[in-house]
Amino acid sequence: MNFDFSDAQKMIRQTAQEFTERYVAPLAAELDLTGEFPRETFARMAAHGFTGIGIPEEYGGSGGSDIEKVIVVSELAKKCGATAATLSIHMIFPAVILKFGTEEQKKKYLPAMADGGKISAFALTEPNAGSDAAAVKTTALKDGDHYILNGTKCFITGGGQADHVVVFALTDPSKGLKGLSALVVDKGMPGFSIGKIEDKMGIRASETVELIFDNCRVPAENLVGKEGAGFKIAMTALDGARIGVAAQALGIAEGALEETVKYMKERVQFGKPLTALQGLNWYVAEMATKIECARWMTYRAATLKIKGEPYTKEAAMAKYNASETALFVTNLALQIHGGYGYMKDYPLERMMRDAKITQIYEGTSEIHKVVIAREVLK
Amino acid sequence: MNSIVCIKQVPNTNEVRINQETGTLIRDGVPSIINPDDRNAIEGALKIKEELGGTVTVITMGPEQAKAALREAMAMGADRAILLSDRAFAGSDTWATATILAAALDKIGETDLIFCGRQAIDGDTAQVGPELAEFLDIPQVTYAKEVVVEKDKVRVTRYGESGDYIMEAPMPVMLTAIRELNEPRLPHVRSIIEAWEKKDIEVWTMEDLTIDPTQIGLKGSPTNVFRSFVPVREKQSEIIQGNTPREKAALLLDRLSSQKLV
Ligand SMILES: Cc1cc2nc3c(=O)[nH]c(=O)nc-3n(C[C@H](O)[C@H](O)[C@H](O)COP(=O)(O)OP(=O)(O)OC[C@H]3O[C@@H](n4cnc5c(N)ncnc54)[C@H](O)[C@@H]3O)c2cc1C
Repeated sequence: MNFDFSDAQKMIRQTAQEFTERYVAPLAAELDLTGEFPRETFARMAAHGFTGIGIPEEYGGSGGSDIEKVIVVSELAKKCGATAATLSIHMIFPAVILKFGTEEQKKKYLPAMADGGKISAFALTEPNAGSDAAAVKTTALKDGDHYILNGTKCFITGGGQADHVVVFALTDPSKGLKGLSALVVDKGMPGFSIGKIEDKMGIRASETVELIFDNCRVPAENLVGKEGAGFKIAMTALDGARIGVAAQALGIAEGALEETVKYMKERVQFGKPLTALQGLNWYVAEMATKIECARWMTYRAATLKIKGEPYTKEAAMAKYNASETALFVTNLALQIHGGYGYMKDYPLERMMRDAKITQIYEGTSEIHKVVIAREVLK
Repeated sequence: MNSIVCIKQVPNTNEVRINQETGTLIRDGVPSIINPDDRNAIEGALKIKEELGGTVTVITMGPEQAKAALREAMAMGADRAILLSDRAFAGSDTWATATILAAALDKIGETDLIFCGRQAIDGDTAQVGPELAEFLDIPQVTYAKEVVVEKDKVRVTRYGESGDYIMEAPMPVMLTAIRELNEPRLPHVRSIIEAWEKKDIEVWTMEDLTIDPTQIGLKGSPTNVFRSFVPVREKQSEIIQGNTPREKAALLLDRLSSQKLV
């Protein structure tokens, strides 16, 4: 049993903290208002090697693995849920290529995804295939050395900015799930366009769009893994991505607690700072305890993944627990800030809105309970 | 263009408290950082390396744990790191520290630029850099806020309270960096991992250096901290009462001008 971070990991956290203070925190409130994608921040994250975490050095990456991802994503999320989400979801594509891609695909995409500043997206969800990912209708039928892609994906994070998207489509519709495959679609391919741009409750600066494929010709070499391996690839990717969402949720909760501690020491009512009120102190104890729990469940899931052990259940539990914690903590943090918490002058109302998404995407809390129960009852 | 940067690991004074009875710093549990001005010094050297090529060597005198500061400097981009560590160095004041650094710099040999931070936040003396230049018998420019290398000399904008000085000096030269010099870069994640897992730090002891032992350590230090204390500052505040903001502002203005503050 070892709960220690390495020296390098501590320095990465320190760096991520300074990065967040310098480049992320000052923009968070404004990006939330405008809903503008933090493109410049993304370039900076690439220049500092954040986007390359988990990508080996031989492919131009930063090295490191899921622990470092959690460190950086959670530090960003302390101040800006949208920036953390943008990075965390971008990281899914390189993980897919690294695990399932060919050597050519690794050489082509990974350096671009690492320091190259290229953005990627992961497109599984469709209007009629949300929790029920098996209901995907998009098709990719073989035509010589191409696949012809037809269908619509919705709610795709970073989809409009992305240079490369991994799209899940049926290469053999007669086989149902066993006919699902993963294909890389590049920005600008004829027949690929962006549809509706969503106006959201939270993580507003993280772009969420509809992707439309209308006879989009994708070279056969863009197939990731084998035909029919799509469902396995998607589920494997989501297992890993859940650790990323847990990190977002953890960071938002940690950030909300930090704000609360500061505020309680400053705000005076009845002649004393709020810290003199036992009722509120009990809230703080509950918040801190739940955060501690979320923290170690998240790092534990990441550790299992790195060791190559089964981690589906632990990742699902970490994500489920951290996202519930984020909602619980931001709600109480806002409550402790009273009317000021409800105003946009303070970050709490934004944090609470940003926290909500972590209970929904990459699988809802309910779906996570389905996954956890299935593993427990196995 | 080869540079040496002398850095110091210090407790993060934002988090340091002082033991009122003994007058010493309570360092327990306080994280250590690279002295802030020294980070500007490192950045200054790295910028010149990027522009003109060459190497950057970082050097620090301190205990084993000061290696963390050297690793951070390597993560930022320094090529070589040297720790000066020996029981004999313990308790050195600025004179003794500069003596030891000068011996190390002699051993390193030819160098064009020597950067130090203006002063360390745990001692605030601003003496080590200038003393080092004296021992090495080279020119020095302190409070550098801009450094431009021109062929065989440097042009330095030196901060002054009543106006800046623009100075030139031949190399080698010792410069002390201030915050205004630059914004120190944050390291790349890959460089952090490399600095901790792949790079080596050289450790030099008394045996590696040519030093007169009577000039260093607690015994060789001509200055001694005899007592330190926190000055008591008394503050009185008064809240100006009035019915309207305008009235309050007028009262405030009266008060300020009667005390000749405006
Ligand atoms: C901001 C945002 C970003 C997103 N980014 C991406 C992305 O980048 N890529 C991508 O592919 N998708 C993305 N999604 C889609 C997201 O993963 C889905 O919204 C999510 O999986 C839920 O699907 P749904 O919205 O269709 O809800 P539904 O599946 O319709 O769920 C409705 C309700 O029913 C519950 N429910 C459904 N099935 C069960 C069950 N079996 N047992 C119990 N309860 C159940 C759900 O929990 C939920 O409460 C994003 C969504 C949002 C909102």
